[in-house]
Amino acid sequence: MATNIWVFIEQVKAVLAQASLEALGEARRLANAQGGAVSALLFGQDVSGLAATTLAHGADEVLLADDATLAEFRAEAYGGLLVRLARERQPALILAAATTRGRDLLGWAAVDLETSALADVIALGYAGGQLTATRPVYAGKLLASVVAPKTPALVSLRPRAFPKPEPDLARTGQVVPVPAGLNEAELATKVEGTLVEEGQVSLADARIIVSGGRGVGGPEGFAPVRALAQTLGAAVGASRAAVDAGWIPYAHQVGQTGKTVAPDLYIALGISGAIQHQAGMRSAKTIVAVNKDPEAPIFKLARYGVVGDLFKIVPALDAEFKKRLGK
Amino acid sequence: MHIVVCVKQTPDSAAKVGVENGKVTWGDASLVVNPWDEYAIEEAIRLKEKYGGKASAISLGPESAKEALKTCLAMGCDEAVLIADPAFAGSDALATSYVLAKAIEKFGDVDVVLFGKQAIDGDTGLVPVGVARRLGWPPLTYTIKIAELDATARTIKVERLLEEGKQVVTSRLPAVVGTVKDINEPRYPTFMGIRKAAKAVISTWTAADVGCDPAKIGSSGSAMAWPQISGLPARQGSVELISGTPDEVAAQLADKLLADKVI
Repeated sequence: MATNIWVFIEQVKAVLAQASLEALGEARRLANAQGGAVSALLFGQDVSGLAATTLAHGADEVLLADDATLAEFRAEAYGGLLVRLARERQPALILAAATTRGRDLLGWAAVDLETSALADVIALGYAGGQLTATRPVYAGKLLASVVAPKTPALVSLRPRAFPKPEPDLARTGQVVPVPAGLNEAELATKVEGTLVEEGQVSLADARIIVSGGRGVGGPEGFAPVRALAQTLGAAVGASRAAVDAGWIPYAHQVGQTGKTVAPDLYIALGISGAIQHQAGMRSAKTIVAVNKDPEAPIFKLARYGVVGDLFKIVPALDAEFKKRLGK
Repeated sequence: MHIVVCVKQTPDSAAKVGVENGKVTWGDASLVVNPWDEYAIEEAIRLKEKYGGKASAISLGPESAKEALKTCLAMGCDEAVLIADPAFAGSDALATSYVLAKAIEKFGDVDVVLFGKQAIDGDTGLVPVGVARRLGWPPLTYTIKIAELDATARTIKVERLLEEGKQVVTSRLPAVVGTVKDINEPRYPTFMGIRKAAKAVISTWTAADVGCDPAKIGSSGSAMAWPQISGLPARQGSVELISGTPDEVAAQLADKLLADKVI
C-alpha cells in the first residue's frame, strides 16, 4: 500500500515557516523509501503564490484551501478542515512543524481522528511497516522511541532537526483547490491582531543564537549581546536568570521553561549552564562559552571556551566579525 | 465563575533523570507540581480573586499526586480532586484528554479551564488542546496575558505568545486557556495556607465516577506506545580553551568558527 504523506505548510501572512520546508524534505525522503506521494496542505487567504515553492521542495501536489476563514491560523478552523480532508482522502502520515501552530493543529485533529500525535520529533522512519519516531522527553534529558500504530499518524517535527531540502525548480505538480467549508459564525475565536517586535530573528528558526545570562549584569548588559547578534544575523537568547531578573522579555528565554533551540552556533555569554538551561540548547551543533568562572558547567558542553570578562571579549569579537564579514 | 486548573505531578526540574532497566529514574529528587502548572494555578487564583467564584484543582495521577493538589490548596485554590483509577495506567495524551474532559464535565458549571504549557516529563503539550476539542471549547493556548474577561457577556480576550510575537485573540466562554511562564509570578503558599491544606480532605474520582468509557482510557484508549527510552548520547569532544588578549581571543575564535563553517 502506498504511503501517502501530507505536510501542513505553515505560513504567517504568506511567509512560509522554514520548518515546513524541512518537513517537506523529510516527507519526500520517506515517500521515496516507502513508495507514495507527498501532498502539501496550503491553508490560508491569498496564499496560492506559495504553491510553487512547496512543489520545488518535494511536494507532488498541493491541496489549496484559500478562504477568508483561514486568513489567520485557528486550531478549530484549520483542525476542522484537516480532519475533513483526512477522512475523505486517508493519508498514512501527516507532518507539521513542532511550532505553536503545528502542535495545536495536530493535537486538535488527533482527538477527531482517534489517533496519536507525536510532538517535537527529531528522527522518523518505518521499521517493519510501523512508524517509529524519536522524541526528546524530560526536557531533552532522555530520548523516547515511540511507535504510532494507528493511521493517520500525526507527527510534528522539531524545527532544525531535519535538513532543509534544496529547491528543485524543475519539479511540477497539480494544485488542487479544496473548499474550506467553514462558517465564520460558528468559530468561537477571532484574531484581533499581532504585536510584533520589529527586527527580531525567531529563536526556533535561527542558525546562530547569541545568548546572555546572569553575567551580563543588567538590562544594559544586553547591549553588547544584541550588537554581536546583529553583526552575525543571529537571534538573541537569554538564560532564566536574566529573564527572571527582568533584564529581557520572556520570549527570549532558552531552557526548560523557555524555548528549546538547535542552532548551528550557540554563543553563551555569562551563562553558567544550569541543567535547566542545557535542556534548551544542548542540541546546538557548536557551542561557544564566555564566562568568568572556569568551573562553570557550560564549559562541559562547549566546543570553544573563553574564561574571561564578556564585556571585553564580546566587543572585540563584534569588531573582528564586522571586519571578517565586511560589515 | 468556576475556574478549574489541571495540574500534574512531575520530578523536580533539577532532577538528574536517568534510565534503569528501561524505566525512568530520578534518584532522590522530589516530586513537585509541574513547574509550568504553577503559572496556571496562580492565574486560577487571580481570576477567582478578581471575578469571584471558585477555583478547583484537579490532577490525573497516582495517590502521591495528592501532594501536588495540596500545594494548589496551600496557594489558594478552594478545592482539589484527584482523578485516579488503576484503569488509567498507560494513558497517553489522547486518553488523558478524554479523562480530564469527563472530569470537567462532571463539575457541570465550569467557565475557564487552565493548563500549564506542557508537563516537563512527557513534554508533549497536547493535552490542553485535546481537552478543548473534547469539550467543544476554544483552545487559547500559549496565553501570556488574560487582557479582559467579561463574565456577563461570557467573553475573554487574551494575548498568546507565538513565534513571531503576541497575538491578540477574543473568544467566547467557556474556554480552555493554556498558560506560559510570564503570565504572572506564582505566589508562595502561606503558612496558614499550608496548615489548611494539610487538613483538607481531597476526594478521589474514579473512572466510573466521571463516566469514562473503559475502551477510551488506559492502554486500550491510547494510540501510541513507548517501547524504548534511553539516555542521551554523550557529547563528543571536550572544550578547547582560547586565551590571550581580547583581540587575540576574537581573532582565534573567528578563525575557528569560519573554518568550521558555522558562521
